[in-house]
Amino acid sequence: MPKDLSIRSVLIIGSGPIVIGQACEFDYSGSQAARSLLEEGIEVILINSNPATIMTDPMNADHVYLKPLDRASIIHILERHQIDAVLPTMGGQTALNLAIDCEEAGVWEKYGVKIIGVDIKAIETTEDREKFRLKMLELGVGVCKGRTARSFLEGKEIAQETGFPLVIRPSFTLGGTGGGFVNDPKDFDAALNKGLHASPTHEVLVEQSIMGWKEYELELLRDNLGNVIIICSIENFDPMGIHTGDSITVAPAMTLPDTIYQRMRDMAIMMMNAIGKFAGGCNVQFALNPETDEIIAIEINPRVSRSSALASKATGYPIAKIAAKMAIGYNLDELSNAITGTTSAYFEPALDYVIVKVPRWNFDKFKGADRSLGLQMKSVGETMGIGRNFQEALQKACQSLEIKRNGLGADGKELRDQDAIMHSLANPSWNRLFHVYDAFKMGISFKTIQQLTRIDKWFLNQIEDLVRVEKEIERFTLASIPTDLLEEAKHKGFADRQIAHALRCLESEVYDKRNNLGIKRLYKCVDTCAAEFEAKTPYYYSTFGQSTDSMDNESKSSDRKKVVVLGSGPNRIGQGIEFDYSCVHGVLAAKEAGYETIMINSNPETVSTDFDIADKLYFEPVFWEHVYDIIQHEKPEGVIVQLGGQTALKLAEKLSKYGIKILGTSFEALDLAEDRGAFSSLLKDLDIPYPKFGVCEDADNAVLLGRELGYPLLVRPSYVLGGQSMKIVINEQELEQHVVDILRDIPGNKILLDHFLENAIEAEADAICDGEDVYIIGVMEHIEPAGIHSGDSHSVLPPFDLSENVIKQIEDHTKKIAVALKTKGLLNIQFAVKNEVVYIIEANPRASRTVPFICKAYQEPYVNYATKVMLGDKKVKDFDFKPVKKGYAIKIPVFSFNKFPNVNMELGPEMKSTGEAIYFIDDLKDEFFRKVYGERNLYLSR
Amino acid sequence: MKITESTPAVLLLQDGTLFHGKALGKIGTHGGEICFNTGMTGYQEIYTDPSYAGQVIINTTAHIGNYGVMDAEEAESKQVQIAGMVCNEFSSVNSRFTATGSLQDYLENAGIVGISGIDTRALVRHIRTKGVMNCLISSEIFDLPTLQQELAKVPDMEGLELSSQVCTQETYFLGDANADFKVAVLDLGVKKSILSNLTDRGCYLKVFPAKTSFDEIAAWQPDGYFVSNGPGDPAVMPYAVETVSQFLASDKPVFGICLGHQILAQVCGLSTYKMHNGHRGLNHPVKNLETGLSEITSQNHGFAVRMEELSASSQATLTHINLNDQTVEGLRVNGKKAFSVQHHPEASPGPHDSRYLFDQFIDLMK
Repeated sequence: MPKDLSIRSVLIIGSGPIVIGQACEFDYSGSQAARSLLEEGIEVILINSNPATIMTDPMNADHVYLKPLDRASIIHILERHQIDAVLPTMGGQTALNLAIDCEEAGVWEKYGVKIIGVDIKAIETTEDREKFRLKMLELGVGVCKGRTARSFLEGKEIAQETGFPLVIRPSFTLGGTGGGFVNDPKDFDAALNKGLHASPTHEVLVEQSIMGWKEYELELLRDNLGNVIIICSIENFDPMGIHTGDSITVAPAMTLPDTIYQRMRDMAIMMMNAIGKFAGGCNVQFALNPETDEIIAIEINPRVSRSSALASKATGYPIAKIAAKMAIGYNLDELSNAITGTTSAYFEPALDYVIVKVPRWNFDKFKGADRSLGLQMKSVGETMGIGRNFQEALQKACQSLEIKRNGLGADGKELRDQDAIMHSLANPSWNRLFHVYDAFKMGISFKTIQQLTRIDKWFLNQIEDLVRVEKEIERFTLASIPTDLLEEAKHKGFADRQIAHALRCLESEVYDKRNNLGIKRLYKCVDTCAAEFEAKTPYYYSTFGQSTDSMDNESKSSDRKKVVVLGSGPNRIGQGIEFDYSCVHGVLAAKEAGYETIMINSNPETVSTDFDIADKLYFEPVFWEHVYDIIQHEKPEGVIVQLGGQTALKLAEKLSKYGIKILGTSFEALDLAEDRGAFSSLLKDLDIPYPKFGVCEDADNAVLLGRELGYPLLVRPSYVLGGQSMKIVINEQELEQHVVDILRDIPGNKILLDHFLENAIEAEADAICDGEDVYIIGVMEHIEPAGIHSGDSHSVLPPFDLSENVIKQIEDHTKKIAVALKTKGLLNIQFAVKNEVVYIIEANPRASRTVPFICKAYQEPYVNYATKVMLGDKKVKDFDFKPVKKGYAIKIPVFSFNKFPNVNMELGPEMKSTGEAIYFIDDLKDEFFRKVYGERNLYLSR
Repeated sequence: MKITESTPAVLLLQDGTLFHGKALGKIGTHGGEICFNTGMTGYQEIYTDPSYAGQVIINTTAHIGNYGVMDAEEAESKQVQIAGMVCNEFSSVNSRFTATGSLQDYLENAGIVGISGIDTRALVRHIRTKGVMNCLISSEIFDLPTLQQELAKVPDMEGLELSSQVCTQETYFLGDANADFKVAVLDLGVKKSILSNLTDRGCYLKVFPAKTSFDEIAAWQPDGYFVSNGPGDPAVMPYAVETVSQFLASDKPVFGICLGHQILAQVCGLSTYKMHNGHRGLNHPVKNLETGLSEITSQNHGFAVRMEELSASSQATLTHINLNDQTVEGLRVNGKKAFSVQHHPEASPGPHDSRYLFDQFIDLMK
């Protein structure tokens, strides 16, 4: 069936603020779906409360509603628009839940809205464990044996049915309290008793344990005719027992024979068909007993998921785009493959490379959090590496993590405590992958590592081989290392920096040596078809030629004027979707200014890594070596570093040193703003007040300085984002302790001590400057007092109770500083206001977290303007600024503390929130505002 | 000589392109027609498929050998059939608990010469542009003139008849003698999984060598005829065309797969041609024009039936079409209970979407 002509307008529901478990992958899916519908001439209406999303930009929809994701908002929209259908599958669980809520309340029926892309009954079957289990049994698909016991006797019976090992899960307890695995029947009685007592309802689920089984995922697409394709098979490096979102995953599946893969494929199709007849995407998870090849279905998700985003980026197949087309009636055989442009969209991508996804955790932000990985997802972001082999992809993913490692191994940061390693292997946390490497390096036996981790031996063998290469390199020096060993190391993904560590020389020396030997990166295309057909889409990854006779470089460098935009890497607290938002707009603006745009990023959840955003996408680590090689290959006019957060910004110094032009504000100015001493002299010269401060490099000097400045003190390391390791201390003991902590994490850092202005009001401003003229795009006042990180505060745009005098000071200071720093592009300044005096806390000459929020509130494309200023294409006075100012916009921080039951919600100078929402109010009588204002001091701690 | 990680090997193409890599399988020299398969699983099934006789397979997937081999269960015939193999990363360590051995040992025992460490993507792009050609792999000869001499000895696939070499040399029976249907299989290089798909559906099979006469086959009084897949150029197999035309004349159900499809097409007066680089993979989209549904198919063919002739034919009707390049994927003989498909409904390796075709054949015999 071709397009359903009865659907002329579609409501797409977004996923709201970023929280753990639901990140910016839904901005990817929402914006791709919206564009896919717009190009069909369909009127698109969009709702999402998250302002930092591309999907809520005017280019993605005819009408955008930045409203809370609740039934009232939906009714508000339905009252104003004639909507034919709602597409709830692009906004994660949030969107689905809202759609179900509206369905139950009869809202869709009342307004004559059809639900497309999913079947509500299908969701019920998949969400309800018992319904799912019965459905699978009906299909003859294996499921975990077991059921709920309400008494000791019943528990014993179930254990007899399921056998051992088994797992006991008490109902309604947080974080799995009272549950556990039972391997030996003689331990069962005690464990069952404990579980029954732990549960407030005295119910436990007694289930067959499939811990240690291999875990797989398949991504499916089905059209209205019932044609089904598998976009991708994904294998988990970490066996069953760790949430997929927290697992290292690999595509295509590495250790599956065709016979087993086809059994899974058959089951997945059968399962999707059995839960409902909708057209759309679906994700199915399986466990495989490695010894018997028995397959068990774990779950099925009838929507676009985190894994679909990964599968899209991994294969090049635009799942959300095609799923949206199918939702409005198209069938797969009627659509074409966007990558080749000539072949059918009805096919299954063939990969001739490997992708590895490694999650990014932020446990350091949650003091006292249980850091063990298990059934609940705890990671905040992810990186993906693409390579011509598993090792190369794994190394790239590790190089992208932004955890101060240079990849896997060879960086001198290994753990050498055998007991600690053994514990980590058996009790996985964020660093288990690194510890597997360390274990091999230490000489712990393969068998022991396999027994403790249950990781497939093929994967372990790959890591063992990396350790062998590192040890081999260590035997040589820069002068003596054989060419083939250097070639092998590069081929297996080792960074020059890792090789330099093993050779005890400089990274640049390794680079020069390999370059002279002709060991160079070349670029391959992600084309969905293993080169069977010609690809039209410029989506590249790097690899090394295997021998000098095949240097087939598929990325041809054009002679157009071009610009590189550096992306922001994995999402983490302090650096999230806001920076991807800015990167995407930077790319689009540079395109408008006539540049060929080149995007470099490694985060598969983002819009910036969609192959149709930049002219060329390099899915590569935002890591010096990869960035530099791309620049060498492309020879761009310059690089934009001020949009991709700290990830991009921290490369500025080296780029500058290598003579690569930084577009916009220069490295010197970026550095001046970070250098507290120089920056304060600048403020002094400009006659702008700032809190008394000092810089120290060790605890002794810190104590002396502390006495001089007076407590309380704000202590922070330099060159960090999101207030990492920032803390308010009230006495010498705390000061000393914190300084030591910082120096342990960031050795050699210059630590800044500020006298902390107690009970001050915090405000911030964002501005665009072309070096001469300054335009302040927005001034915001925080509802919470100074001391709580700006990212964790409710920000009100414009200020709600600052005096005219104060606002004038803010504006004057901002303009003076912007010009003094010779800013070209964006600038964010944070202020503390006390007794009508405005003090500067810090200035950041880059895109800030609040820029997307202001863009949405005032409905103007400030990142676009700022990028054109950076490129020298436009001056500030060339723009006709017309902000839509009506009432107030409040930026609401959103937290994920509920994922860490034993962590208290305490706020301070270090950012903790994972996402944000926007909320518009007409005036200060608004109930929500009154409530937040009333509670403004509630969570302040240190 | 025993193979080690660093034993070198070379791959020489007919157009003179030379690749250096590492040896795998057996140390030696072997040539064939080079072609690529884009499947990400199922290497053992591919290597043992008789249709690949005389061909050197490039596996485009990044890693090969990861899950070892299962001696008999996952083989498509009694032996490895390919002339050689080329891959990117080769793993001699396998992770599968139930595997019976490593791929390295398997290939070595079968006497297969292979090469790894090749930029298979560059190679595929080369072949995609230049078309299929012969090649030579060697892990013992490294001087170019000798390699060229050896390469010149490799026969040209066009005009090559291979079925009578790879098929069974003796007739044999398969399945339950009391099954519902008796199916005569004309073995042109049949895959084991085709036979098991038939026996699983209640067929008792008698498998005949390629050059068996119609009379000998008909004497068994089968309920239907199956014409198998196989290697080589379909245009030089008049004996098979003759036999199959008599199957058709008998008015009994006839089902052909791959080479069998090309033979049946010739019976209908249609001709075949050699494709630029063929279809080999597990992800080819085929649309069934009779049902309007599509299926993801496993494919392995370098020759195809001419679309323009089939469209104009009064003897046969197009039933299946390839959605990527609109080539012929299936036909039905007008007025007869006979049909055939170019792709492999038995899959193995590959998706099972097309297995309904076996049911269709059974229905015709009912």
